[in-house]
Amino acid sequence: MEDDQELERKISGLKTPMAEGERKTALEMVQAAGTDRHCVTFVLHEEDHTLGNSLRYMIMKNPEVEFCGYTTTHPSESKINLRIQTRGALPAVEPFQRGLTELMNVCQHVLDKFEASIKEYKDQKASRNEATF
Amino acid sequence: MDENSLEFDMVGIDAAIANAFRRILLAEVPTMAVEKVLVYNNTSIVQDEILAHRLGLIPIHADPRLFEYRNQGDEEGTEIDTLQFRLQVRCTRNPHAAKDSSDPNELYVNHKVYTRHMTWVPLGNQADLFPEGTIRPVHDDILIAQLRPGQEVDLLMHCVKGIGKDHAKFSPVATASYRLLPDITLLEPVEGDAAEELSRCFSPGVIEVQEIQGKKVARVANPRLDTFSREVFRNEKLKKVVRLARVRNHYIFSVESTGVLPPDVLVSEAIKVLMGKCRRFLDELDAVQMD
Repeated sequence: MEDDQELERKISGLKTPMAEGERKTALEMVQAAGTDRHCVTFVLHEEDHTLGNSLRYMIMKNPEVEFCGYTTTHPSESKINLRIQTRGALPAVEPFQRGLTELMNVCQHVLDKFEASIKEYKDQKASRNEATF
Repeated sequence: MDENSLEFDMVGIDAAIANAFRRILLAEVPTMAVEKVLVYNNTSIVQDEILAHRLGLIPIHADPRLFEYRNQGDEEGTEIDTLQFRLQVRCTRNPHAAKDSSDPNELYVNHKVYTRHMTWVPLGNQADLFPEGTIRPVHDDILIAQLRPGQEVDLLMHCVKGIGKDHAKFSPVATASYRLLPDITLLEPVEGDAAEELSRCFSPGVIEVQEIQGKKVARVANPRLDTFSREVFRNEKLKKVVRLARVRNHYIFSVESTGVLPPDVLVSEAIKVLMGKCRRFLDELDAVQMD
């Protein structure tokens, strides 16, 4: 009982339904009791360094974040623990959300630039081929 | 860029994100590959499981974006998630061969099973969606097995959509890698024979020797070509003159596709996969906060 009170586990992930009624959480939040919402550990299922490291980088850019780090729990388990601690009383969910949105914006920008330069390269190649005829 | 490989530069990005793209290109961009092999008859010298393993590794020329993932536990597979191929080869003796020939090409008919012997069996409405000849193995000269007269291979293959994380056969790239742009600075001017020697220490084209006012002077022309062999540090005189470093956020990516999708499409798909991951967690957070 003591242990339960020590660690107030708030399992607040949406259960995504799968074909045979198997339910799987994609995101959990673990918060130690006694602290307010400014330090939270997020457990992201089915993720690894690919999202973990890039998300950590985006969240660290936020000046309100005092600490941000991630670990893989064990190589056999496919999940990461991402811990965010904010200065002051900002709830930790906010930098997490902002980090995700900013990462999406970075990807969108990279995609746009990449596709533009591929198009430019192909146009250039086409015009060069025409010029040789 | 050519048909199957692409080299491009990404500047101003951080290592974490460049690495994320590389990891996604290797393991999380989906492709179609043979997953289930139904063996009706295999009297060849190659065991069933070895043959099935080899068939799984054959790249299949089908756009994975037009297919869905197969639901777990679904045995049969529908037309939206499965491609079927048939392989049926029987080896016989060639009656017209010369009496004392020892060349297997002459003596036997169909003694080598290639990917060109694989025929596509359209399911449902696939025949309407995909014109004849578009669904095939990428290369038609991959040797699958060898036979002798009397041996036969008769099997049916189901291809499904998967990602490299599950099995490496689903990886769409031969390889994807990146390196940082080299940054070569000459700390003092190098002239005369030392200039020639310096240009030989690096890969050809990196250091250019110019004639200025009668003297030969070395100049860094194209650091991108350098392969960083660090040969210059083995030279006593020249090692103090050069500083070798990397430009911190200039990444030179090199993507080589197996032929399933063109490499520029692969990179676009990889970026979309990363966006999809972010979006998934954003949706989760929104759903949680609504509770």
